[in-house]
Amino acid sequence: MQIYLPIAEVSVNAFLLLGLGGLVGVLSGMFGVGGGFLMTPLLFFIGIPPAVAVATEANQIVASSFSGVLAHFRRKTVDLRMGVVLLTGGLIGAALGVKVFALLKEMGQVDLLVKLCYVVFLGVIGGLMFVESLNSIRKARRVGAPAPRRRRAAWVQALPLKIKFRTSGLYISVIPPLLVGLFVGVLSAIMGVGGGFIMVPAMIYLLGMPTKVVVGTSLFQIIFVTGFSTLLHATTNYTVDVVLAVLLLVGGVIGAQIGTRIGTRMKAEQLRILLAGMVLLVCFKLGLDLLIEPSELYSIGTEGGH
Amino acid sequence: MLRLLIIATLLWALPAGAEKVVLGLSQDEVAITATFDGSSLLIFGAVKREEPLPQDSDLDVIITVSGPPGPLDIRRKERRMGIWVNTDSVHLLHAPSFYAVASTRPLDQILNMDDDQHHIISVDYVMTTVGPAHAAPELDVFTDALVRIRSEADLYQQHETGVALDQETLFRTSLDLPANLVEGIYSMRIFLVRDGAVVDRYDTTIEVHKVGMERWLYNLAHERPLAYGIMSLVIAIAAGWLASAAFRMFQR
Repeated sequence: MQIYLPIAEVSVNAFLLLGLGGLVGVLSGMFGVGGGFLMTPLLFFIGIPPAVAVATEANQIVASSFSGVLAHFRRKTVDLRMGVVLLTGGLIGAALGVKVFALLKEMGQVDLLVKLCYVVFLGVIGGLMFVESLNSIRKARRVGAPAPRRRRAAWVQALPLKIKFRTSGLYISVIPPLLVGLFVGVLSAIMGVGGGFIMVPAMIYLLGMPTKVVVGTSLFQIIFVTGFSTLLHATTNYTVDVVLAVLLLVGGVIGAQIGTRIGTRMKAEQLRILLAGMVLLVCFKLGLDLLIEPSELYSIGTEGGH
Repeated sequence: MLRLLIIATLLWALPAGAEKVVLGLSQDEVAITATFDGSSLLIFGAVKREEPLPQDSDLDVIITVSGPPGPLDIRRKERRMGIWVNTDSVHLLHAPSFYAVASTRPLDQILNMDDDQHHIISVDYVMTTVGPAHAAPELDVFTDALVRIRSEADLYQQHETGVALDQETLFRTSLDLPANLVEGIYSMRIFLVRDGAVVDRYDTTIEVHKVGMERWLYNLAHERPLAYGIMSLVIAIAAGWLASAAFRMFQR
């Protein structure tokens, strides 16, 4: 069934959008990532104008994250205090990111920089996670005991303004989570993603949060940051397509519920190695696109797109 | 399928010796609804003449439909330090969002260059009117790319034998409008051609616009963006909550 999207001004198959939403929703629930890093390129691929894809994707992530976070709230795996700290940084970061984005747009190389951002971040994070999870799985097998407590970066311990994060079982300074939130906020505005794929590893490796609460807390923060970007895009670029968003989110919220249930049945190491594999796969594909000569060297950009 | 029917209304007396296109539009708009999937435009017409049919030359008909023009950038990629990067670009001011030209025979066989240039009929001449913002080297390379990309998307169409002409009097053609149509006023022109020269020209317009829910959402998004943004968020959160609640019910 074809449906005409009023803002994107293209006609697409409704079932294709529902399917895409569902698929990405499952991943979102499993890993606590918004799924934007997969969905945004997929939307480009089916012919949605990039500006509309990025803005609408933000709106859709709000829905799937909200659906996912409710399940985590019931299991008490959301660290609200940590979430609020991350969120504060995230909102400032998103506002900053929009400014940076406008600057890059003026320089005329925004597409390339967005893609390079993807390749670099996905590559580094995916690689690190993959190696780390492989090691911990190997260790767990050999000793037959649970993986050892992860070490926190030493400088994180030395900072002032310490707060007790009871749900995470942490007593650390607010500065590192604030910075993590800020950084993710900037990236989310530039790359058009929720930023979970960066925040989840940062929470595990940098802040030393237990994997159990990482997903729920990440989803909690993502809701607000992507909600903020949705409003920003809607009021400045008029590029949020609500019909597209509804189709994606109907598939997405159902997928997220399924994903959350799959996620709780899997071991943390398995979950991480799967996420790492996925991140590396997307990174590889995007990198390849930059390296291989495109079949059409020319492209058309209309006003308002990026 | 939407049919735009243009009926000949052979009502007016014409100057002696002239061949004229005479038309009456029964419908002059294309409505974009939620299930819009492109549409087929059917164009009918007739040639009115006072004098007997000339025996020494053939009559040909050319029909063009042009979408609202707008500014755009054409960018070219080049390999720099191993990766493919946008380098050169050309900014055009008035590139038509849609352009279709249909004729009874290939344009180069029926139309001389002067008239083609004067009336801006073939895509090549349309491309000379798109107006680069500044004098650009290799402009033609970029406009060729524009034509190539838009032709693949069915936004620029050439139908060299797309117009059927009966008894040198009744003509008809059918144009497929793609799904990703831009809203606005589309101009349609019908040319009668003899011995390479345009003997008559008829101009009219078709309005393409969104209707119903599509119209409402588009207006809301542009006129009250904050309300639209909040509405989008409320829908997203409600959908998220609903899905969560529904799944809990299933599990009990």
